[in-house]
Amino acid sequence: MSEYGNALAGGLLIGLSAAILMVANGRVAGVSGIAGRLLQGIQISSGALFVLGLMAGPVLYRLIFDAWPSVTVTSSWPLLVTGGLLVGFGSRLGSGCTSGHGVVGLARLSHRSIAAVATFMAAAILTVFVAGFFG
Amino acid sequence: MNSAVFRLAATLVSGVVFGFGLSLSGMLDPARVRAFLDITGNWNPSLAFVLAGAVSVSALGVVVSRRLMRPLFDASFHLPSNRAIDGRLIAGSATFGVGWGLVGLCPGPALASLSLGLPATILFVAAMIVGMLAHDRLVERKSAGPVGDAGTEARMSLPH
Repeated sequence: MSEYGNALAGGLLIGLSAAILMVANGRVAGVSGIAGRLLQGIQISSGALFVLGLMAGPVLYRLIFDAWPSVTVTSSWPLLVTGGLLVGFGSRLGSGCTSGHGVVGLARLSHRSIAAVATFMAAAILTVFVAGFFG
Repeated sequence: MNSAVFRLAATLVSGVVFGFGLSLSGMLDPARVRAFLDITGNWNPSLAFVLAGAVSVSALGVVVSRRLMRPLFDASFHLPSNRAIDGRLIAGSATFGVGWGLVGLCPGPALASLSLGLPATILFVAAMIVGMLAHDRLVERKSAGPVGDAGTEARMSLPH
């Protein structure tokens, strides 16, 4: 399949995952929320199972396609730490990330999520633009 | 059969489908994500298809869920009740966006790619966890200590 076909098929599956969690359990498939609550000791069993499932995804991909999905990290270690801190802190402060606000919030037409997605897309695009001058 | 078991099974299935979808879509690759965000440079628009596909099926789930009195395996829906577009939402989202743009990893792909055992993503996740804990320490002082499930429910379950 082409790059675009895979992107669409993968996206449909991500949406299916969110739909399962919504219809079956009445919950938002928001990774930062699930991870954050797990760290607070809230909903430990469901949080741990979801994260384990997430990690099993690439393993299943490996079993089917006989290769790991490509993960190309070019950032230096200080940049990885900075980025990780900002992503962790910011996603909790903003009550969501690409999944909770993006995949589920937009689907619910939540005004908060629309504002959040517009903000983080703009910030990310601007960051990549500015970083382009440094590296 | 206990509905708690079904609930946990649905959570696990949802996680696996999510992780596999991320792997198939290309979202797991920070280089692809950064190329998607690089709209003034060598733009790779393929990841827009990920978002479009994901939001449309997720919206189907929302439509179905709104026809239900309650979710299949739980007594009520647990949805965010806060409707205010406030400083926290915007500042948090902007902070998250800067980190996402810097590295090209957001929480889902970062956690999923742990299974590849790459030192770079492990370091990123460790820093992300520190960032989340720092948020709880610095911002959510009032809820010091683990909040019970009941407290969360009260905060989260409101008209759908």
